[in-house]
Amino acid sequence: MDSRGNILDTQEESDQKLPTGGEKIIQCLEREGVEYVFGLSGGAIMPLFDALVDSKIQLVLTRHEQGATHMADGYARATGRPGVVLVTSGPGATNTVTGLLTALMDSAPVVVLTGQTITSMLGKDAFQEADVTGITYPVVKHSYLIKNAADIPRIIREAFHVATSGRPGPVLVDIPKDIGQGPCDAPFCDEIDLPGYEVATRGAPEAIAETARLLRAAKRPLLYVGQGAVISGAGKAITTLAEKLRAPVVTTLLGKGAVDETHPLHLGMMGMHGTAYANKAVAGCDLIMSIGGRWDDRITGRLSDFCTGAVKIHVDIDPAEFNKIIRPDVSILGDARLVVEDLLPQIEMADTADWLEQCDKWRRLYPLKYSKQGGLRAQHVLDRLDALTQGEAIITTDVGQHQMWAAQFCRSRSNRHWISSGGAGTMGFGFPAAIGAQFGNPDKKVWAVVGDGGFQMTLSELATAFIHKLPVNVLIINNNFLGMIRQWQEMFYENRLSGSDLEGNPDFVKLAQAYGVKALRIRRPADADRILREAHEHDGPCVVVAEVVKEDNVFPMIPAGASVSEMLIEKPKHALAKPSGST
Amino acid sequence: MSAAIELKPVPQQIHTISLFVNNVPGVLVRVALVFSRRGFNIESLVVSPGAEGRFSRMTVTCSGEPEVLEQIIKQLAKLVDVVHAVDHTGDSAYETEIALIKIEAPLAERTEILQVAEHFKSRVVDYGSESMILQAYGSSEKLDALISLLRPYSIAELVRSGKLLMARGKSAT
Repeated sequence: MDSRGNILDTQEESDQKLPTGGEKIIQCLEREGVEYVFGLSGGAIMPLFDALVDSKIQLVLTRHEQGATHMADGYARATGRPGVVLVTSGPGATNTVTGLLTALMDSAPVVVLTGQTITSMLGKDAFQEADVTGITYPVVKHSYLIKNAADIPRIIREAFHVATSGRPGPVLVDIPKDIGQGPCDAPFCDEIDLPGYEVATRGAPEAIAETARLLRAAKRPLLYVGQGAVISGAGKAITTLAEKLRAPVVTTLLGKGAVDETHPLHLGMMGMHGTAYANKAVAGCDLIMSIGGRWDDRITGRLSDFCTGAVKIHVDIDPAEFNKIIRPDVSILGDARLVVEDLLPQIEMADTADWLEQCDKWRRLYPLKYSKQGGLRAQHVLDRLDALTQGEAIITTDVGQHQMWAAQFCRSRSNRHWISSGGAGTMGFGFPAAIGAQFGNPDKKVWAVVGDGGFQMTLSELATAFIHKLPVNVLIINNNFLGMIRQWQEMFYENRLSGSDLEGNPDFVKLAQAYGVKALRIRRPADADRILREAHEHDGPCVVVAEVVKEDNVFPMIPAGASVSEMLIEKPKHALAKPSGST
Repeated sequence: MSAAIELKPVPQQIHTISLFVNNVPGVLVRVALVFSRRGFNIESLVVSPGAEGRFSRMTVTCSGEPEVLEQIIKQLAKLVDVVHAVDHTGDSAYETEIALIKIEAPLAERTEILQVAEHFKSRVVDYGSESMILQAYGSSEKLDALISLLRPYSIAELVRSGKLLMARGKSAT
């Protein structure tokens, strides 16, 4: 018997059974619990797309890599689970840069896998080669270039761990084609060995005790709730804390929904376009406690006037946020939910009747309002959308006037139901983010509120929504302008309009129909309820185009770099100086 | 009660930061970007293997406003590949630096140069007919003083190692 021959055969067979690097990566994704990857193929990433054919992971083919990245981001923000992107090398990878920045600024867990040229051609200007790790260093939480197939399981495990833990953020993994195509015999890896990476959990007991003491001593306490509270699911604990302290709650743009905005203690959004009563409470409090907020310039305005007399407490999972903008009296490093839960037993029921009465007075004196005259107003449409959805729908937005009006009028009732690009202010985010959110929540209604400007940046994803028969709705607030730019030009640049008129916009109803997507139009205020309901009840994607008043402005407004005392409740009668604050 | 921070021009101080990092590709760029994003110039940078091969040491000197530097150190510490980042400014850490100085001077004019060199305990490591190389070591300030004394003798080339630093006793570098 020729045993030697048999052994050789077995050896050859076992070689053939080794997975390719691409297959190994997909298997690693399966082990991470990935349901969907959002992506677009190309030469260098073909080994991974090939491996997807045999995987239970569903590929969502997008029309542009930016769309894929925002979809993964929207999926991540709506579910709390990491969103995964799969794109090719060169331009495929560089098209994810905006999405990476968006995810980084708003702490969204996204893992972007990019194809790369073969290892032997790295740095030799190969076809579709780009130095992708180099290009993306400033917009990722961490990144990897796989040079050895044996590292695949470790790197994929680390990528998901880093993306989802601590302060979440995007992680990029660059995969040369030969690594994806060649064999990989490395075993799966569950251990994490990252000596430079620490994740904070519980806060220091001394800092929590000191916070409790300051809260007990405060006469006019205020809780300022940010994205960290959303991410850690701290809403329930914060609501209990607010009820015990009898302290009003305000949120950042991204903190919306952590605490039910219809709660009597909730004063809505603070900051540049926040409610007047939220901002007056910020200016009038004697203690402000940030829970997962980062004192963004859109929140504080001019720092030298911000909460000057108030005690400041800062709860954050990222130690680099302390002393970055303000110097807090107490900083607590830890997970927002765990910190607030640890704080609760040390808090007694407080009596802040005078303070709450003052806040209610502001609420009565300066309600959010808009003109009911002169045609269809964006605020009216969004008010009616809020009445229709009752906080049950996930609402995503783009960036600009519609975003601020949606933030004001669509009151978020529960966590992860409000998704908006805050830090980066990325136009084109809202619609693909809604698609991602819809994949993560098939039983929920998802509404993307977008402007005519931003929608045109990623509208090709109508095809993605159509193919997957997603019941996602798009509400286009169409004023045929880059509305926020026009507003600033009107207010601060003597109405010298420059590059803000979007003359030449398509007919968005016909455009949607061309993709096979149902489309409706609202022209009159009286039609808003009926048409929004028709879209809401439609089983499949639906675009609603609200042809709104062309020249309307968002108020209240605190000009960039100004203080609450300079807040404009309505349109000013005189010309204003150019704002000094950031953008 | 805390007052909000306003960045004011303050006298700039030279800071020495030591970093203990993973010895992996890209770590130098990640570190450098934390400085360059804030418009900080790195004055000197020394990278070398640590005692264990998987880690490297970096010693960085730079100048800038203290508040921005506090941010820089926190952002450095936040990098996944940075194990720790320590600002040693004001510490009593042991510091040293090496300089190689090439001076073009004819043989006849070298007496004074050699006197200066001897005073600073620097060594002549190359002695040619048209130029010579001095090797000096010590604190960066001492090397600054030596170099300024040698300026009148036409320094052709100057190479400095950058500051090396190690914390004394049980403190970590």
